[in-house]
Amino acid sequence: MTTTNAEAALAPASKSIRSISSGDTESARARVGRALQHGGWFVAPFLVLFALFVIWPVLRGVYLSFTDANVSGVGANFVGWDNYREAFDDPLVWDSLGHSAYFTLLVVPCITVLAFLMAMLAHHIERAKWLWRLCFFAPFLLPSTVASNLWQWLFNPGTGMVNHVLGIDTPWLTDKSTAMLAVVITTLWWTVGFSFLLYLAALQTIPDHLYEAAKLDGANAWHRMVHITVPMLRNITGLVIALQILASLQVFDQAVVIYDFGPGPEESTRTFVQYTLEEGFTSYRVGYASAISIIFFVIIAAVALGRMWLLRKREEGVR
Amino acid sequence: MTATQIRVKTGPVGAGKVRKPWTAGQIVLTVVGVAVSAVWVAPLAWALFTSLKSETEAVEVPPHWLPKVWTAQAWKAIFETGNITNWFVNSLVVSVCVTVVVLLVSALAGYGFARTEFRGKGALMGLVMAGLMVSPAVLGVPLFSTVQSMGMVDTYWGMILPQCAPAAMVYILYKFFQGIPRELEEAAFIDGAGRWRVFFTIIVPLSRPSLSAVGIFTFIASWNNFLWPYMVTNNPDLMTMPNGIATVMNSYGIQWAQLMAGGLMAGLPLIIVFVFFQRQIVSGVAHTGLAGQ
Repeated sequence: MTTTNAEAALAPASKSIRSISSGDTESARARVGRALQHGGWFVAPFLVLFALFVIWPVLRGVYLSFTDANVSGVGANFVGWDNYREAFDDPLVWDSLGHSAYFTLLVVPCITVLAFLMAMLAHHIERAKWLWRLCFFAPFLLPSTVASNLWQWLFNPGTGMVNHVLGIDTPWLTDKSTAMLAVVITTLWWTVGFSFLLYLAALQTIPDHLYEAAKLDGANAWHRMVHITVPMLRNITGLVIALQILASLQVFDQAVVIYDFGPGPEESTRTFVQYTLEEGFTSYRVGYASAISIIFFVIIAAVALGRMWLLRKREEGVR
Repeated sequence: MTATQIRVKTGPVGAGKVRKPWTAGQIVLTVVGVAVSAVWVAPLAWALFTSLKSETEAVEVPPHWLPKVWTAQAWKAIFETGNITNWFVNSLVVSVCVTVVVLLVSALAGYGFARTEFRGKGALMGLVMAGLMVSPAVLGVPLFSTVQSMGMVDTYWGMILPQCAPAAMVYILYKFFQGIPRELEEAAFIDGAGRWRVFFTIIVPLSRPSLSAVGIFTFIASWNNFLWPYMVTNNPDLMTMPNGIATVMNSYGIQWAQLMAGGLMAGLPLIIVFVFFQRQIVSGVAHTGLAGQ
């Protein structure tokens, strides 16, 4: 996607240079040409930071993953594929990956539907539009740890409001079957505002005449939503789902804060990111932690590339 | 869809116009809207009311919404005993530095990729795109190991610099700069202006909405960032708000009223800013998010 964009950007450049009117032609062309050179300096500051804090850590991670480095990284021995072999036999790798996947599976559809419905509400209510936006979006402005602490307390069986308001007696945070659900609910409340805003912005780009035409044809509100709004928002739905999948797989903050940096009841909420950090910083096995981080990186990259592939395929289909 | 055209309509829509009538549909929608809003705001209200209770009243069973005795003891306590003012200042320093550096560096790089030529540009742009997939959550341990080898653990530098290479922001501004008509620049070149002057006197003023979107988004993300500051700081004096609240305030016997007061202190500045700059923030978030399309 990128390279084609970059190449496309070049084409109009050469064209417009050619189109500069004659007269002072030579020097004008020369000036524009000279100005186009040495662009590398613009990119340099970013590249330095990017190289130090993105590229280099990736390379270092790959290197460390083949060693038995401890936390100091000194005196590491080369161990070949041992770390990777161990990772595939490590039940905790699969457990924690499963927990992150389970969380993603619950959060993504809920957030997508909820964000869409909330955006429809805020878009169609004619009064006090700022109020709905404020209410739905405000939780997103809290730090994740604050949102998680708040819900940790709301879910508390005795002193918490959730059970009190619903009139139930669920041990949310101590029962394996509800433990992850609590993290999911916290996440929905905290982050739905972001997707809500994306939908709200997209709703405003749908031309009114589509709805007016449908109304003339006798379509009711439900038909207009199903046959106009939802299809018109297809791109944005794809974006929301993709962003949510990538973010949810990387869940960490909510789960560790709610369960006091532990693995949750019967180790049912340890997420993959949490496991890599436990191996790296609690067990001091930096080599092994790097190996499972690299595996995770490959998974995330596969998801991201999968989405690009889908997008490209659809674009080709449209043409 | 170019990111430039995204503008969320905000502000009092009906201002100056004739009030629309209450139709049955509007009444139903408004009732549902009020109900959902109440659910969304209730936890925040709960936090606020709890912070105004005494510690013993805060943990009473069954719980009740309003304090029987209103007291500011929790607020006083966090200012008198804890590190919270330190954390607040740290958060401010880190987020402001990150925002300034990110804006500068990503605007220059976005422009460089969009409008200048240099060897290896295509390959570098590909690398930046690949960088979109790297985050402290994905590669935390190797990143920590790198920062450690630079001797930056438990320093401001260690917290700030790794947050300053956001491939996403470069990409967003790159897309935006591509949409600016080249004729505007060329006229200036012919008059003898150099690249840098064109950038600062033509491009930057034209891009103010995009730049403020990137700035707002970066500030929110950095202010609320927990994972990276958590990994790179152990010294309680150096912690940021989210980190201090999650680790120190949670570590010895939670005092709920104080914890809620601390949490509100971390969250309220952004919420108050949001109330006043709703239009800019909404379009900023929507803008940066939609640019991923």
